[in-house]
Amino acid sequence: MAAESLYTAIIGLPLLGFLIIGFLKNKISDNIAGILASTMVLIPFLIVSSVFFSLVNGGSAIHYYLLNWFTVGHYSVDYGIQLDRLSVVMSLFITGVGFLIHLYSVSYMKGDKNFSTYFSYLNLFIFFMLVLVLSDNYLGMYIGWEGVGLCSYFLIGFWYKNNEYSNAGKKAFVMNRVGDLGFMVGMFYVFYYTGSLEFVKVEQAIGMGAMTPIVLMIAASMLFVGATGKSAQIPLFTWLPDAMAGPTPVSALIHAATMVTAGIYMVIRSNFLYSLAPEVLNVVGIIGVASALYAAIVGMTQNDIKKVLAYSTVSQLGLMFLALGVGAYVTALFHVLTHAFFKALLFLGAGSVMHAVGGEQDIRKMGGLRKYMPITFATFLIASLAISGIPPFSGFFSKDEILAQAFQQNTLLWVLGLVASMMTAFYMFRLVFLTFYGDYRGNDDSKQKIHESPKLMTIPLVVLAILATVAGTLGLPHVLNMPHLLNDFLSPILASSARPQGHLEASTEFMLMGIATGGALVSIAIAYMMYISKKRVPDEDANYSGLTKVAYHKFYIDELYNAVIVRPMQWCSEFFHKVIDKVVVDGIVNMTGKASLLASDIVRTSQTGYTAFYILAMVLSACFILGYFFIGS
Amino acid sequence: MNIEIISGVSVQAYIWLSLILFAIGVFGVLSRKNAIVIFMSVELMLNAANLLLVAFSKMYADTSAQVFVMFTMAVAAAEVAVGLAILVLMYRNTKTVNIDVLSKIKG
Amino acid sequence: MTAIILLILPFLGALLTLLLSNKITKQIALGASILTFLYSIYTYFHFVQGSAAGLIFSTPWLEVPNISFSLEIDGLSLLMLLLTNILTPIIILSGAGSTQKNIKALYTLILVMQGALNGVFMAADALIFYIFWEMVLIPIYFIAALWGTDYSREITFKFFVYALVGSLFMLISVIVLTLVAGSSSVHDIHSLSLTNWSQTLIFFGFFLAFAIKIPIVPLHTWQADTYTAAPTQGTMLLSSLMLKMGLYGFIRWLLPVVPFAIAQYTPIIITLGVIGVVYGAWIAIQQNNFKRLLAYSSLGHVGLIVAGIFTITSMGLIGASVQMIAHGVNVVGLFFAAEIVLRRTGTIDISALGGIREKAPWFSTYLFILVLAGLSLPLTNAFVGEFMLLFSVWQYNAALAVLAGTTVILAAVYLLRMFQRTLLGNSNTVTQEFHDLTLSEHLTFIPIIFMVLFFGVYPMPIIRLVEPVINQIIQLASI
Repeated sequence: MAAESLYTAIIGLPLLGFLIIGFLKNKISDNIAGILASTMVLIPFLIVSSVFFSLVNGGSAIHYYLLNWFTVGHYSVDYGIQLDRLSVVMSLFITGVGFLIHLYSVSYMKGDKNFSTYFSYLNLFIFFMLVLVLSDNYLGMYIGWEGVGLCSYFLIGFWYKNNEYSNAGKKAFVMNRVGDLGFMVGMFYVFYYTGSLEFVKVEQAIGMGAMTPIVLMIAASMLFVGATGKSAQIPLFTWLPDAMAGPTPVSALIHAATMVTAGIYMVIRSNFLYSLAPEVLNVVGIIGVASALYAAIVGMTQNDIKKVLAYSTVSQLGLMFLALGVGAYVTALFHVLTHAFFKALLFLGAGSVMHAVGGEQDIRKMGGLRKYMPITFATFLIASLAISGIPPFSGFFSKDEILAQAFQQNTLLWVLGLVASMMTAFYMFRLVFLTFYGDYRGNDDSKQKIHESPKLMTIPLVVLAILATVAGTLGLPHVLNMPHLLNDFLSPILASSARPQGHLEASTEFMLMGIATGGALVSIAIAYMMYISKKRVPDEDANYSGLTKVAYHKFYIDELYNAVIVRPMQWCSEFFHKVIDKVVVDGIVNMTGKASLLASDIVRTSQTGYTAFYILAMVLSACFILGYFFIGS
Repeated sequence: MNIEIISGVSVQAYIWLSLILFAIGVFGVLSRKNAIVIFMSVELMLNAANLLLVAFSKMYADTSAQVFVMFTMAVAAAEVAVGLAILVLMYRNTKTVNIDVLSKIKG
Repeated sequence: MTAIILLILPFLGALLTLLLSNKITKQIALGASILTFLYSIYTYFHFVQGSAAGLIFSTPWLEVPNISFSLEIDGLSLLMLLLTNILTPIIILSGAGSTQKNIKALYTLILVMQGALNGVFMAADALIFYIFWEMVLIPIYFIAALWGTDYSREITFKFFVYALVGSLFMLISVIVLTLVAGSSSVHDIHSLSLTNWSQTLIFFGFFLAFAIKIPIVPLHTWQADTYTAAPTQGTMLLSSLMLKMGLYGFIRWLLPVVPFAIAQYTPIIITLGVIGVVYGAWIAIQQNNFKRLLAYSSLGHVGLIVAGIFTITSMGLIGASVQMIAHGVNVVGLFFAAEIVLRRTGTIDISALGGIREKAPWFSTYLFILVLAGLSLPLTNAFVGEFMLLFSVWQYNAALAVLAGTTVILAAVYLLRMFQRTLLGNSNTVTQEFHDLTLSEHLTFIPIIFMVLFFGVYPMPIIRLVEPVINQIIQLASI
């Protein structure tokens, strides 16, 4: 029991933090709020670490129930907590990266009017994210799923006086909800056919053939719709770039490292479902690689430092889905991990840059920052190398593994994935070169103020940079004859469903690595030539033409959605209200009323008002009635 | 038809008499405009019915019909009281007892 | 005895309110309603499932036809009683800061309505049910007509006629049932086996009455106007309580009585319910009037409840019970928020508002929690019910469930739009002087928020209360 309350504290403490800071936000100082919030994430991190090490040493997974949520007939859902190998890995980096970002935020948000509100939201987010990964059933996961969406809404629109920001938050929320509907319908299938929503029981039931292949297919694809919403994949991705309206640490935490990977976590968690629905997995892979390519193309043309990173997130998430699509669950998780480190680092670095140049986000107005902020530059460079897939940084290992897995399945997927990852290298170094190299292109005023960020911001950067560098050791490639630590750790729970992973021949694998690394280097070289040697700076927005313009405007997807979905919906709403409701339905109702008025108009002419007439009518009626009875009898 | 004799007069005569009285009443109600005359005609009709009731009561030697007549007369008396009161009021307001004046309840 | 006390307490309160001084009208009314509430809570804690001890009151009234004045409390009744008696004090309290004229009459009427509603939910005799059903209409008509906006009389008249027409058809059905069964007792009526033809007739009589009160599309056109024109307390009574009479009526008086007709018309009704869900939510997207927006959103939520009821599964019916409570609680909160906005700014046009969050953080927090409940976010009371309802509709027909599920998306669109327009952004001249909640306003919101969160996390009390009754009803309703 004592142990259980300790595990419950993992999710309980961030919630407690949220409540305390939320209720006392006017009474406690900013510093206390920041420290309290960070502590409420640090302690869960320590607890999770202890669980992690016990699992590494062969301890068994922890699974217990808190409370019965509802029971109707034989349908029952409990609040249950499951600390198995998968959820521990997830919560480890959620709390770990979360803690670093809390620290960073203390300095980044200093002086903001709603400082403590911000931290209460962050704690709430951590709470929901942990609920998402620690729940033992789909509905519990759905609590976290919706909850993180909610916090994302709060935090995107954190500066709520700005209507644009609020709109971005709303867009994110609504778009996520489209996916959530899919998630919910998927749950219905699972619930109905297996009689439970608990992962363990569902897996057992499916193992015993509770779902026919068709049902499996529908359920898996419905759940995947949910994943596309949360993880910003085609077609539900347009919210993520807009979500950059929030404070930068939020982008790092929610829109890069943790929340957006929820979809991938969900698919990995449901591997028992997906492995039996290979058609759906194919779709997952195709959507993944399409998103990866699309976002990479758009990313190459963006000039807003955060937008570039946002598209790169979509692109990387696409690669993760590609990994899922080829059944390589561990590989996907591996990339989730490394991505969490280097993408959080990139965003925090971007935040540090923005902090230095007075909130400017346009890379055309930056340049040469290398000299002014060496730590930020160094860490940013490491992260860029990692994301580009340059050995020995972590991104190389995870990305290489994805590509190798894809190669085994389908050469076309591999080629497309490779192209996307080459583009990644290009736009990342385009970003690095434009931001940190060359001369400063902003005005002199802001030039005076450029400074390295304070320690509280750079320490998380350094820690993350170390992690982004060494995290690759968790999953060393097979050819090196080293253990794949992550795979070994997760194999007990994913072994049953992962596709048979025949290993490539060593020579092929080396060749693939070579091609990937070579491609990345070539891309970097091109970026170098364009932006360093030729000192090109992207044109003003208006000067774009042709394909660049289309790509810069994100292929007009937003406009398309507006024209095809949003505006017709508004028209329909007006139409329903003004025509159907007011005219048609109410018209019919009022017509009934008018008809009775009309009828009464006709009938009332008989009321002449003359007594004599009434008497006559009475007598005649009496005669008529009497006559009727006489004749009748 | 079985013709009964009541006090030397055949029952048919009673029926005819009350029929005639009733018809006169109906005619009076229909043809006159003067509210008082109409009122009297109504009384005539009531009494025609009473007469018939009494005649049959005698014929069947059943007194319940006579009880009924008593009720009718009592009700008629009350009706006269109320009706005349209305007429008085009507006269006060309109200075006439012509019923055609009262056409306010026209629909 | 319990039943009769629950019935009489509000009427006594009404009498007291009417007789005593004007100055303490609100206090007396509040006291009486809280007393009733406490007594229903007491009843709840002494309620034993399946035992009728003390919960039945029956005394013969007419011999031919055999009608007795009988009241009964089972789990379902008790749930509705609790809802009524929790919400009435809140509704009365919500008027604490208002400056209405002739409050003595207003609060008397509210208490009369509470009593009549208690009667509706306890009635164990069709005719008694009908009498209380009509009795509810009288106070709410006057409240809406006399204390509403300038044009409320016309609108309320329309609503009144609408409701009366429905009720008359119901009366016909009640009479037919009484004649056939030889008594109008609920037990005799439940044990009837009617011919298909008479089932259809009776079905339509009841259905019309219930469907108008709820309302079900396309009988809803009185709703938005009346909600907007009525004073907020009236709107709360209409939407949170009176509407539930129709839903309760479906469960108690329709499903078990005419199973054949139900089976026949289920597809149509579920479809109508789902149409209501989409239609209501869709219209709400473009509304700028706070109350009208809530009215249409309520249309959508209730449509889903109707669809769930007519799946005739325990999932659907229990989901409906859970959702009835959630909807009742939430609309009171949301309309109260609208009332506060109206009191402070003089307008409920959301496009004219903005920036309230900064001025009134507490108000904004409460409203946001209510918005979350409106979005049926997990851990708010509306989620479990909506999940069950959608699940039951899904079992009936997956496509309909997906269609109904779009409410998940559309609700987010209109509620967040409302939230953003009212609370976020910069304050303007209208909202400049907006001050945060007063004590009585806090006291009104706190129980609502508590219920939103409590039943969101732990809905089992509701489920346990109604499950036996629901199972019985399903048994009767399945042919």
